[in-house]
Amino acid sequence: MISADFSAILPEVVLVIYAMAALIGAVYTGKDELTGTLTWATVAVFVGIAAWIGLSAPGDVMAFGGMFNDDAFARFAKVTVLLGAAAVLAMSQDYMARRGLGRFEFPILIAFAVVGMMIMVSAGDLMSLYMGLELQSLSLYVVASLRRDSVKSTEAGLKYFVLGALSSGLLLYGASLTYGFTGTTLFDGIIETIRGGHVSIGLLFGLVFMITGLAFKVSAVPFHMWTPDVYEGSPTPVTAFFATAPKVAAMALFARLLHDAFGAAVSDWSQVVGLIAVLSMFLGAIAAIGQRNIKRLMAYSSITHMGFALLGLAAGTQAGVQAMLIYMAIYVAMNVGTFAFILSMERDGQPVTDIDALNLYSKQAPIRALAMMVLLFSLAGVPPMLGFFAKWGVLMAAVNAGMVWLAVAGAVASVISAFYYLRIVYFMYFGTETDALDGRIVPAQMVLLAASALLMVVGIVNLFGIEGAAAAAAEVLVR
Amino acid sequence: MSVMVFAFYLFAITAVASGLMVVMARNPVHSVLWLILAFLSSAGLFVLLGAEFVAMLLIIVYVGAVAVLFLFVVMMLDVDFAELKGEMARYMPLGLLIGVVILMQLGIAFGAWETAETAEAMRGAATPVDMQNTAALGMLIYDKYILLFQLAGLILLVAMIGAIVLTLRHRKDVKRQNVLQQMWRDPAKAMELKDVKPGQGL
Repeated sequence: MISADFSAILPEVVLVIYAMAALIGAVYTGKDELTGTLTWATVAVFVGIAAWIGLSAPGDVMAFGGMFNDDAFARFAKVTVLLGAAAVLAMSQDYMARRGLGRFEFPILIAFAVVGMMIMVSAGDLMSLYMGLELQSLSLYVVASLRRDSVKSTEAGLKYFVLGALSSGLLLYGASLTYGFTGTTLFDGIIETIRGGHVSIGLLFGLVFMITGLAFKVSAVPFHMWTPDVYEGSPTPVTAFFATAPKVAAMALFARLLHDAFGAAVSDWSQVVGLIAVLSMFLGAIAAIGQRNIKRLMAYSSITHMGFALLGLAAGTQAGVQAMLIYMAIYVAMNVGTFAFILSMERDGQPVTDIDALNLYSKQAPIRALAMMVLLFSLAGVPPMLGFFAKWGVLMAAVNAGMVWLAVAGAVASVISAFYYLRIVYFMYFGTETDALDGRIVPAQMVLLAASALLMVVGIVNLFGIEGAAAAAAEVLVR
Repeated sequence: MSVMVFAFYLFAITAVASGLMVVMARNPVHSVLWLILAFLSSAGLFVLLGAEFVAMLLIIVYVGAVAVLFLFVVMMLDVDFAELKGEMARYMPLGLLIGVVILMQLGIAFGAWETAETAEAMRGAATPVDMQNTAALGMLIYDKYILLFQLAGLILLVAMIGAIVLTLRHRKDVKRQNVLQQMWRDPAKAMELKDVKPGQGL
C-alpha cells in the first residue's frame, strides 16, 4: 500500500529530495557562488518533472487514503505551475545576480514553494490542502522580503505574511466548521454528506469562510488589498513569480475544493464566486487606470484576470472549469513574457518601473516593442490575440450556464481594462521624448519575451493540445 | 458531586479565568505566567478525558518550551504596551462593531447547529478501544497521516531556511576563530627567539 502511495507522489518526492540535496550541497560548499548553477539546475529539474508528469500514463490514482489525488486535473495544473516557475527562474537569474540578490536559497525556496503548489492541486483532503497551501505561502513570504535592506521589500514581506496568516486562519475556521458538520475532512466524504441530505447552515458558513480564505490567496476583491503593495515592494523576479505559478495553483485549488468537495451544492456557491469575480474584474480595471508604476499596474491586471478565471468557476459547469484552466495557462504564458520585458527595463543599470520611461520605446528597440505590444493586446483581450480567446471561453461558459449578467459585466470590465494596456502601447509608439532606457536584455529574457509573444499569435491557429488536456482535466473534476 | 466532576469544574474555571487574565494583565510578564496556568489547567482537563499523552505533551512542550521562550522574548523586547493600547483605542469602535456582527452571525450558525447523520461514522480517527493513547497516536501520525507529517516537516524546514535567509549576516570586519588553524599551528614557528645584544637593540 505504502509503495503504491509513494509511486503516486513520486514527482513531488523527487523535487523535495533535489531541493534538500541542493540546500545541503550549497551550504557545505560554495554558498552564494553556486547560485547561478543552482538556478539553472532547478530550471532543468522543473522542466524535467513537467515533462515526466505531462507524458505519464493517464489515469486517476488516489493515494494516502484519498488525501492525494493524481488525476488529469492535477497533472494539468502541475505542468502549468512547473513550466511557469521554470520560466520565471530562468529570466530572473541575471537580475538577481546584478542586484546583489543572488542568494542560493532563492531557487531552493522556489522549489519548496512549487512542491507546496503540487500538493495543493492534488489535495483530496482539507488537511493536505492546508499543508500544501502553507508550504507554498511560507516560502513566498520569505522570497517577498528577500531584499532585506529595502524598507519596501520587508514591508511587502510583512504585509503578505500578516494578511496571509489571517486568510489561513479564516480558511482553517471554515475547514473546522465543515469538519464539525460532516465528521470528515476528506473531499469524498464531504460530497457524500451533501448528496445525502440538505446543506446545513453551519456547513454553508464553513464554505463561505473557506472561499474567503482562498479568495485572499488568489487576490480576488474584496480580499485583494495586499496585492499592489506586495507586487511593488518585492524584487521584480519575485513579483513575476507571484503573478504566475501561485495564481494557477490557488485557482486550481479553488476549483478542486468547490467541485470535489462541494460539487453537489453548486447553487450555494456559484452566486458568491460570481460576485467576487465581477468585483475583481471591475476593481482591477478601474483602479489600474491611475497607476504609473508598471508593477502596481500588473498587480491590478492580475486582479482583473483572476476575476475572469473565477467567472469560469462561477459557471459551475465542466465547460467553465475547462475554460478556467485554459485561461490560467494562457495567463501564465502572457505574464511570463510581460515580466521578461519588465525585468529588462533599466536605466543606468538601475531598474525602472515607471511607465513614462517607455515613451517612444519603439524607436529604440522595435522588435521588443512589437513583442510587448502583442502581449499587451493579448492581456487586454483585443480580438486577434490569444488573450481574446481565453476571455471568450470563460464568457461563453458563463452564458451557457445561464449567467448572462456575469458575462455582460465581464465584457464591460474588459473594455475598461483595455484602456491602461493600450496607454502603454500609445507611450511606446507615439509618446513624447524622454530619457531612453539602457536597452540591455539578457538572452533568457529575450527568448521568453519572443516565445511568449509568438505564442499569443500562433496560439490562435493551434493551442498544442491544451484544449484536449483541459477538457480531460475538467471532466475528471466535474462528475 | 464526585471527584471527577469537582476536578472538571476546578480545571475548567481556572482555565477560563487564567485565559481572561492573559489578555487583561497589564504587565506582559504576568500575562505569560497566566498563560502557563491556563496550559496547566487544560492539561488537567486532558487527563480527565483520558488523553494522558496529550496532557504530558502540553506540559512538556508548551509550558516547558514555548511559554518559557515567550517569557524570554517578552523580557528581551522592549515593547511599549501603553503606546500600542493607545493606537488600538482609535480602531476600537470599528473593531468592536465587526466583532459583534461576526459574533451574531456565528450565533446564528451555532444556534441552528446540526451534524450530518453520517458524521459519526465518517470520523477519520475514532477512539481505539484496545490500544494505548500513545500507540494510537503513533498509528495515526506515522501510518495513516504520514504524508501530512512529512509535509509538516517540510514546512518547518522552510521556516528555518526563511529565518536564516532573512536574518543571518556575514560580517567581513569581524575576526573569527578558525579552530583547525589553531590546532594545526606549529608551536615551533609560533615564537622566535632573538638574541639581543646589550646596549644595541634590534
